[in-house]
Amino acid sequence: MDAAEIDLIEKTGLSRIESAASLDDLRAAETEVLGKKSAIARLNTRLGSLSPDDRKAVGQVINHARARLQAAADERRVALGAEERRRRLEAERLDLTEVLPGPPTRGHLTLITQTRDELEDLFVGMGYAVAEGPEVETDWYNFEALNIPKAHPARSGHDSLYFEWGEPESTLLRTHTSPVQIRVMQTQPPPIYSIMPGKVYRKDTPDARHTPSFSQLEGLVVDRGITFGDMAGTIDTFTRAYFGPGMRSRLRPAYFPFTEPSAEFEVTCAICAGSGCRTCSGTGWIELGGCGMVHPNVFAAVGLDAEEWSGFAFGFGIDRLAQMRHGIADMRVLLDNDIRFIGQF
Amino acid sequence: MRVPLSWLRDFAPFEGDPVALGETFDDLGMVVEGIERVGEGLDGVVVARVVDIQPIKKADRIRQVHVDIGGPEPVQVVCGAFNFDVGAVVPFATVGAVLPGDFEITARKMRGVDSFGMICSSAELRLADDAEGIMLLPDDLPLGAPVAEALGVEADVVYDLAIEGNRPDANSVVGVARDAAARLKLPFTIPTWTVPRGATPVESLASIAVDTPDLCPRFTATALKGVHIEPSPEWIARRLTLAGMRPINNVVDASNYVMLELGQPTHPYDLDRLPGHGLSVRAARPGETIVTLDGVERRLGDGDDCLICDANGAPVGIGGIMGGGSSEISKTTTRVLLEAAYFTPMAIARTSKRIGLRSEASARFERGCDPLGIERAVERFCQLLGTGEPAAGMLDISTVPAARKSITVRVGRVNALLGTSLDGDAMVSYLTPIGFAAIASDGALDVVPPSFRPDVTTEIEVVEEVARHHGYSNIERTVPRSPFVGSLTPYQKGRRTLKAVLVGAGVSEAMFSPLLAPGDHERAGLPGEALPASDPLAREESVLRTSQLPGLLKSLAFNASHRNPEVSLFEVGHTFGMPSPGDPLPDERERLAVVLAGEEGAPAAKRLLDVILDALHRTDVSLEAGSTEGLHPTRTARIVDGDGQAVGWVGEVDPAVVRAFDVPGRVGWIEADLGLLLPTERVYVQSQAVSKLPSSDIDLAFVVGDDVPAAAVEATLWAAGGELLVGLRLFDVFRGGHVPEGWRSLAYRLRFQATDRTLTEADLAEVRTRCIAAVETAYPGARLRA
Repeated sequence: MDAAEIDLIEKTGLSRIESAASLDDLRAAETEVLGKKSAIARLNTRLGSLSPDDRKAVGQVINHARARLQAAADERRVALGAEERRRRLEAERLDLTEVLPGPPTRGHLTLITQTRDELEDLFVGMGYAVAEGPEVETDWYNFEALNIPKAHPARSGHDSLYFEWGEPESTLLRTHTSPVQIRVMQTQPPPIYSIMPGKVYRKDTPDARHTPSFSQLEGLVVDRGITFGDMAGTIDTFTRAYFGPGMRSRLRPAYFPFTEPSAEFEVTCAICAGSGCRTCSGTGWIELGGCGMVHPNVFAAVGLDAEEWSGFAFGFGIDRLAQMRHGIADMRVLLDNDIRFIGQF
Repeated sequence: MRVPLSWLRDFAPFEGDPVALGETFDDLGMVVEGIERVGEGLDGVVVARVVDIQPIKKADRIRQVHVDIGGPEPVQVVCGAFNFDVGAVVPFATVGAVLPGDFEITARKMRGVDSFGMICSSAELRLADDAEGIMLLPDDLPLGAPVAEALGVEADVVYDLAIEGNRPDANSVVGVARDAAARLKLPFTIPTWTVPRGATPVESLASIAVDTPDLCPRFTATALKGVHIEPSPEWIARRLTLAGMRPINNVVDASNYVMLELGQPTHPYDLDRLPGHGLSVRAARPGETIVTLDGVERRLGDGDDCLICDANGAPVGIGGIMGGGSSEISKTTTRVLLEAAYFTPMAIARTSKRIGLRSEASARFERGCDPLGIERAVERFCQLLGTGEPAAGMLDISTVPAARKSITVRVGRVNALLGTSLDGDAMVSYLTPIGFAAIASDGALDVVPPSFRPDVTTEIEVVEEVARHHGYSNIERTVPRSPFVGSLTPYQKGRRTLKAVLVGAGVSEAMFSPLLAPGDHERAGLPGEALPASDPLAREESVLRTSQLPGLLKSLAFNASHRNPEVSLFEVGHTFGMPSPGDPLPDERERLAVVLAGEEGAPAAKRLLDVILDALHRTDVSLEAGSTEGLHPTRTARIVDGDGQAVGWVGEVDPAVVRAFDVPGRVGWIEADLGLLLPTERVYVQSQAVSKLPSSDIDLAFVVGDDVPAAAVEATLWAAGGELLVGLRLFDVFRGGHVPEGWRSLAYRLRFQATDRTLTEADLAEVRTRCIAAVETAYPGARLRA
């Protein structure tokens, strides 16, 4: 037994291991080369015939050879494993653009809901609650309590739809969300920081900009020491939050029976960023809604002391915001519930 | 209202950029809806006489015309208008002229004929709005003279202003001028007009009487004799035209001019056509009729309608709204009786609304005119008319107080509401120029509003006037801090969860008008009882819906007709049940409705309902056999909550209804009352420990009669399985084969697990036997399927 023999055995073993074609074959090769009946194992049994000094030296050579064979087998196993994984993955290759459409599919919320949710979240962030009320109202809630007595000329602008029920003109589809203000003030002591989104109805011929049934959002703040400046600042904060930091708002005098002083509020035209275009008739401003300080007669109608409490209210159309933001050419499409339209958003 | 700048300048020296002045109007709440420049672009437009007209071959819509513009040779032009003949005097735009709208006139050739200019219509020159034919000029104008000079046309700017309902004073030229002059700190003056009176006392010519001072608190009449009816001077006609009124004759025009300028409507009568030479004011009798100037017969007397009558009591007009034709001014009129009155605004508003007639006069009276401005209006009328002699004195019956009550305005209150820190003197300086008498003393103002501001009666309206003239944009902006943490209610959060789950399940949201067409409910198999609108605009929207079914089916049909037959839609919206007698409002509920169009129908709806209930943690909800109108009689179940209360329905729409709406296939259906489905308070699901020990599955199939709901079998298994049963799933339903008619096999997979030990074979055998026995005992004939 000499170094040449050991070397030959190692070389033969290495060659067997490296030629293993699969993991199974490698396991067989390992048994052959490193197993109990392998050539190298048999060398060990012959060590006993050597002198103790030689036994130690030769034993070391054998052990080193064995270690190198084992390392070669381990290395081969990694290589074969990687190769097999590559083959398996290649076999299940998939073109993801050839996948057939099917469930799950996604539904879509209407643009009105999406806009309303965003507005609600914005005001909730400012510490407001969201109040709701009935869509069919009494004349008292829709008009009388809001300082619009019978035959008041302001009523003619409301295009009210009344129902054949009770006294003539006593029950109607609410023409604005303002009756919810009355209901909130009747049921909740101040301070009040609330918004009131919801559907309203005006008996009006539909066109590209209006449908008779549409959504409004109204805000009401009643607290001690609330001022017109608070109203202007709140509207401006909302404007920047909803439209973007570069947007501004302005107020100009207007008339609503339920507020005094009253104002229309306008915001920078989003189309031209205020430089003037067709959408804003060259003014750089888009009229968005109305606002004002709660009229003392409205406070009287709900039994609040106008000397102790003051407040402001504002309101605007949710549909109009959606129309501006999403470029809806004709609002009547919203009520078709055409999946080709709904599915866009 | 349309206001020419030149007219405003009669009262205050407005200078500078007309657009900037428009911004001042805007800022005061007189919203500029349009600014129109007139009388500009007339350079190069001259007076011309038509001297020759010839047809053009193969062209029957244009003619070759020669016009004399005072030069050595006539000018040749091609013209497409036919409303003139040789000899007509017309405005002619020469080559190089630039007409309003930047329209440059160039030499052209049409059908081979050269054209050196354009004969113009009044609309092309923006002198009036007649675009139909050529503008015909008076014959005596000098040929070749600039048209602007010959007609005395001055460049002008017309503002189209939207005046708010609380500003009747601004429905007049002086009102607009007063407000703007105050803001711009310009002097504002109304000239004093006085016309000498004749010797004849008015009482000897005419008489008046007022029966109803509540409807007409002030009624006056002024008589004029020796009046010549003729066209108005050009400048009056032009101003009326610019303001949007048609000139008629000098008397009617003077009346209209006064209304536009001062806001006081007046009505001129032909005194000689007025029986009894007098006017009386009374309420209309029920059913009384009158033919108004527009030729329409009006029925009155259904309320407090104010009639103007002749001295014999026969109606000659509806007070403050419109006159009748009988005593109209005509060419032969020589004696005029001018009515100038103040009518009660609410009475005018009611009558105008009831008979559906609005006029320039009624629009002003119903907002409130100046009861003390009548004298000035009458003087202005006589002065403008310039013909005839007014009789001495004025017939005047009035219950209007001579002075208005003063209002105490607290300086602190004004500042507290506005967020300003103005002193009393500053407030006075805002109020005085707009006609208020205001004196500051001791932290308060003593304010007497002018008679032309009927809208101002209490402190709060004065606050608005201070704010308006201080400038809304000059009030410092602040943001009040809400003492609350804002949040949605549990119900509102639940509604958002519900929508999110539906959208996640592939269902899209729809939206509807709350109104349906008559017969829609019936077509959907529903009872027809619903609130009808009393005066709908369109039949399609005239009945208040009691159900979301018709609307959703219409939308499915719409989508199907656009080649999208399998659409899933939901709506969260209100339905309106008939009110109980005596209750003013209907039974209004917020409801969810879902339609699933496709081949499957009810099973798809049931699976979706399971997801919804799981998302809302409604483990108490179950299904009960049953159906209702509009829904499939044998494929529908009632959704009930833990208290046995009906929450809604799940299943399928009645196939006959589906067909009636032209929807193909089956329509799965869910409806629920959100008041019963969504939480009203916050719900926190309590956690349950998940066992770490192994579980075992056992499959059991039972043959059960068709009359036993699977839900009942499930309930029995849950009870029998006890604590060890942690999962139960129906995985197969089988009919036919060895299963007899009227029975079916229900196969369940039961999962058993304990929290404290691994279950042994013996444990499982025991609980299996228990479950089988329970089902076989509970339902006669039920047995484990071999």
